[in-house]
Amino acid sequence: MSSEHLHDPDDPRRSQSKIAAEDITLDALRTDAISPEDVTIRRSTLEAQANRAAKEGYHQLARNFRRAAELTNIPGPKLLEMYDMLRPKRSRYDELLALSQEVIARYDAPETGAYIREAAEAYQRKGLLRE
Amino acid sequence: MLRSKRFEVRARRPVNLDTFVCEDPALGLVAMNSPNDPAPSITVVKGRVVEMDGIEETDFDTVDRYIAAHAIDRSIAEEAMAIPSLDLARKLVDIVTPRDALVRLLSGCTPAKLCQIMSHMNVVEMMMALQKMRARRTPGNQAHVTNWRENPVLMAADAAEAALRGFDELETTCRVARMAPFNALALLVGSQTGRGGVLTQCAVEEALNLRLGLKGLTTYAETLSVYGTDEALRDGDDTPWSKGFLASAYASRGIKIRFTSGTGSETLMGYENGKSMLYLEARCLLLAKGAGAQGIQNGAISCVALTGALPEGVRAILAENLIAAALGLEVASGNDAMSSHSDMRKTAKLMLQFLPGTDFVTSGYSSMPRRDNMFGGGNFDAEDLDDWMVIQRDMRVNAGILPITEEQAVAIRLRAGQAMQAVFRALGFPEIRDDEIEAAAMAYHSDDMPERDLVADIAAAQSFLDGPLTALDVAKALDEAGFEDIARNVLAMQRVRVVGDYLQPAAVLDADFAARSAFTDRNDYLGPGTGYRVEGEVWDRLRAIPQEKSAIQMVPITSGSPGVVLKACGRAGIGADGEVVIGIGPAFAEGLDHTLCGLSHGEVLAALSEGIRSMGLAPRIVRIRDSADCGMIGWEATQLSGSGIGIGIQSKGTTVIQRKGLAPLDNLELFSQAPLLSREAYVQIGANAASHAIGKPPMPVPVRVDNMSRLRLIVHAMLMHKREIAAVTSDAPAEEMEMQLVV
Repeated sequence: MSSEHLHDPDDPRRSQSKIAAEDITLDALRTDAISPEDVTIRRSTLEAQANRAAKEGYHQLARNFRRAAELTNIPGPKLLEMYDMLRPKRSRYDELLALSQEVIARYDAPETGAYIREAAEAYQRKGLLRE
Repeated sequence: MLRSKRFEVRARRPVNLDTFVCEDPALGLVAMNSPNDPAPSITVVKGRVVEMDGIEETDFDTVDRYIAAHAIDRSIAEEAMAIPSLDLARKLVDIVTPRDALVRLLSGCTPAKLCQIMSHMNVVEMMMALQKMRARRTPGNQAHVTNWRENPVLMAADAAEAALRGFDELETTCRVARMAPFNALALLVGSQTGRGGVLTQCAVEEALNLRLGLKGLTTYAETLSVYGTDEALRDGDDTPWSKGFLASAYASRGIKIRFTSGTGSETLMGYENGKSMLYLEARCLLLAKGAGAQGIQNGAISCVALTGALPEGVRAILAENLIAAALGLEVASGNDAMSSHSDMRKTAKLMLQFLPGTDFVTSGYSSMPRRDNMFGGGNFDAEDLDDWMVIQRDMRVNAGILPITEEQAVAIRLRAGQAMQAVFRALGFPEIRDDEIEAAAMAYHSDDMPERDLVADIAAAQSFLDGPLTALDVAKALDEAGFEDIARNVLAMQRVRVVGDYLQPAAVLDADFAARSAFTDRNDYLGPGTGYRVEGEVWDRLRAIPQEKSAIQMVPITSGSPGVVLKACGRAGIGADGEVVIGIGPAFAEGLDHTLCGLSHGEVLAALSEGIRSMGLAPRIVRIRDSADCGMIGWEATQLSGSGIGIGIQSKGTTVIQRKGLAPLDNLELFSQAPLLSREAYVQIGANAASHAIGKPPMPVPVRVDNMSRLRLIVHAMLMHKREIAAVTSDAPAEEMEMQLVV
């Protein structure tokens, strides 16, 4: 995803840092050159951290970071809504599948989408879906 | 029943306020090796776990399913599971197999296999293994910072002091949830006043927790609790997938997380299914690893008294720390919740993590007094800090807390209060007065703080949370008020969230905000000469506790007031009958001037003389110059004494009564415990010496009983004796002394 999408007012995705980390300085702060979104982590940074973890053999941590990289696109309230949907007996099977498809299509989050789908399968087998 | 008085006394000891319960696997009361625990096994077909620990895939519960899918490395599972557990236990302990190789092998093990490996190890072996398997080379520690009145000034002051003391992470929580934004703010400002780079968290429910992180007020979270059975997880209103999602959600905001688990939690919740606590914890740890958590807070945590009530419960707690480390997880190793009424038992348990070192030796050292601890009271708290420092110094161990002086503590606490005052003023929060800052700097606990308007604080905290202000505004306020260094630190804590290096395993930040993690500060322990060693500046700081004194501070060269003037009048000769010779040491009233019990040398000579005269004899004082030994001083005195009775006294006060003809180490009466000899004792010693001379029976000398005197004064005694030895002139004859007492 390129950064110009981030400024589309119809795009629901959350904006991320537009300045380099080394430019987060007191001088920049004094001239109001830093906004709150400049101190949020970028998708590409988390992908790089995922690669670092994988290179060290920390594969589960790497997969977590890849999902996290995808979630940088998603606004906070939506994240909390998703968390709640994944808790026991909150969602029906089709609701979780719809969520899975939504995050893939709308937020470019395929790993997260697959993770939610896997949860839906497990919940179906173990009675963790909403009746 | 007639009771043994000794049993009666022991029954009242603190340890007997603890609860001890018999093993009862049916109730989940078993720490390790329940008869209901499965035997280890795994079957992998085409890269899929189809059977694990005797359970077929179709019968997997959600924890099994999650572990099988996410945690166990299927590519090495069959290799690892084929190695006998005893061999793996030995590899954990040896100084040949490096950490990385073990993390790889144990990543292919099932929960039952991990427990079987632990069952082969005693606690010393587990400690050896933990030393090697800890993720970060340099051990660390975390502090709890709370106060009952939720006073933001006191909280900032406590945070600043904790940061200065070297804690890598600070955790707070709230009594009133709506104070969370101010508690998190106080922790941020305070921590960055004490030492730049200290990570902070505010333990509240997840939605609020995330919002605090988004405002830049916190940098980590460890509220993600997991349990080892489906029923317990559901009781916590979570599934493995929901917890895993939450882990990613935090990371997506640049916030470090670790999971929390611990033996005993499932039993306490009533859903342990008869399994051992350690087996269920092994499942939790694989669940956490599978979810992609970089670390875990474990070690029974709030259930420590339950696990600890069982046989080998404390061993199981060490085993759970070790399993976590061996799976490659960062470990914040408990020791936070109250584990015993007995200090001895608490300390013994602590040593299991303190000595090998863990990523965080405690997952919350209570940096304030117990009553201000909002986590339910700390196992170790502000009162225990000096004990901790001394044990580190005793053993040359770094358990993550540095000694500081009172002046340093007060100064940093004041500065944190002033910084908070500036922030509150600039952001329009309720005023912080100067007297609050001073009270926070000097306070014992929150009762020492002036009253604040809690309603106004809560309202301001809430509008802070709901409004647009963030940590950037905090940094700006600090900068504008002249706290440029703190502003820089607060801003740097925002930058680290953008960079994300501290999301990697076991990461903490150094004072330059660089991440020290399992990747950048690798634990390379492989026996003596490798791994973390307490060296250089760290050792210099750890050994220099403020209570330490130099030899010269302890025993000054002279106090200048011996209470007596002794004039040398030439070589001493043999006297006439009717005298007792008092032989004094070479430094007596000359270089040294007080005995160990604090009597001036003049007072001692006066008392001895008084005693001798009371029996009708005369004292004569000679200085022995060729020996500092009490026996020799006394023996030489007898050679000069007309009555054949001599008293020998060293400068530190040790005294002997001796008779001519006896060997130097044989004697009539020896008073070897100088600290116990009062003026009355010396009078009686003088009287007894005279009694020996005239053939009267001596009376008992009144000696105080103080079993701690040797403990208290042994260093002083040694230093004084050194001084006495230094004053010896070999072959110099004894000197006749003329005494003039100075009042």
